[in-house]
Amino acid sequence: MATTRLIVNGKARELNVDPATPLLWALREQLGLTGTKFGCGMALCGACTVHVDGNAIRSCVTPVAAVAGKHITTIEGLSSDRSHPVQRAWLQVQVPQCGYCQPGQMMSAAVLLAANANPSDADIDDAMAGNLCRCGTYARIRKAIHLAAELARSAK
Amino acid sequence: MISPYERRFLICGWASLFALLAGSAPLSPRISARAQENTANKKDKSLQAFRAVASVLTSPRCLNCHIPGDAPLHGDDGKPHKELNIKRGPDGRGTPAMRCTNCHQSENAATPHAPPGAPNWQLPPPSMRMAWQGLSTGDLCRTLKDPAKNGNMTLAQLYQHLDEHPLVLWAWNPGPGRSVPPLSHEQFMSKVKEWMDTGAACAE
Repeated sequence: MATTRLIVNGKARELNVDPATPLLWALREQLGLTGTKFGCGMALCGACTVHVDGNAIRSCVTPVAAVAGKHITTIEGLSSDRSHPVQRAWLQVQVPQCGYCQPGQMMSAAVLLAANANPSDADIDDAMAGNLCRCGTYARIRKAIHLAAELARSAK
Repeated sequence: MISPYERRFLICGWASLFALLAGSAPLSPRISARAQENTANKKDKSLQAFRAVASVLTSPRCLNCHIPGDAPLHGDDGKPHKELNIKRGPDGRGTPAMRCTNCHQSENAATPHAPPGAPNWQLPPPSMRMAWQGLSTGDLCRTLKDPAKNGNMTLAQLYQHLDEHPLVLWAWNPGPGRSVPPLSHEQFMSKVKEWMDTGAACAE
């Protein structure tokens, strides 16, 4: 065990875990942030996507030691009041079916929109290809990302 | 009458003049043939060394990312990394929200079939693809030497890159379920040195 310091959703946190522990389990089991989901455990499905210093990463294969001192954002920290354009668009389009993969989908969508304010269908397909949805909500995800982009632009 | 001393001096003088003239004349056919043979031997040695170098460079660990297209390959059978629509992107590090380092950490994941890792996992950028896939041994050799295609490296810099770069060294520590190149890194560098020391020759 060792102490690892992180900044999670804007708050400084200390974790007493084995440094090799995947970030996913530290978030879920040590910090109680269960919005981030376990899917495949091998970075193949995207359900565990969180942000590290603004970049999307797969928390199931990221050791806690690799993100020491960094800023982590989980789905709980995307906004404090569901006001993030991605959250608003997801609600408006009613994207989820079972919902299990959706936190990861939304975290990837947020990174895409931070880099590209007006993504094309092809840009969305490229950015979201690593987030799998067994319910097949891809068409609604794409529609919601276009809407989120529009909401973000109109808010400026 | 000339004295014995003067006779010796004259003989030495004529001998020196003869030697001087012989030195300024074209090489004798025997000497020229030996020089040509040495050059040919050196070139053969260089070509042979590069064949060993190429056996490493064309292993899946190198070839999967030194590709002409936009989708990297993976596995020992060089499957396109298209199941997740992975692309090279504008800087060789992927597209927004699908960066290589989303999944590839600075170390290998311990689980088989999980992503391998090394610091700064990436493809060569689109402006300098360093593509080797499908090249003959001679073309691979010329590509490797050409600064316009090798990342603006001199041979000395290329040697250093192959000797020290973390992504190169990863090929010999690829994590579970992946083959390593046919030579050890030490043997590989010895062949690289031999190739460079013998003129870095490339097959026609």
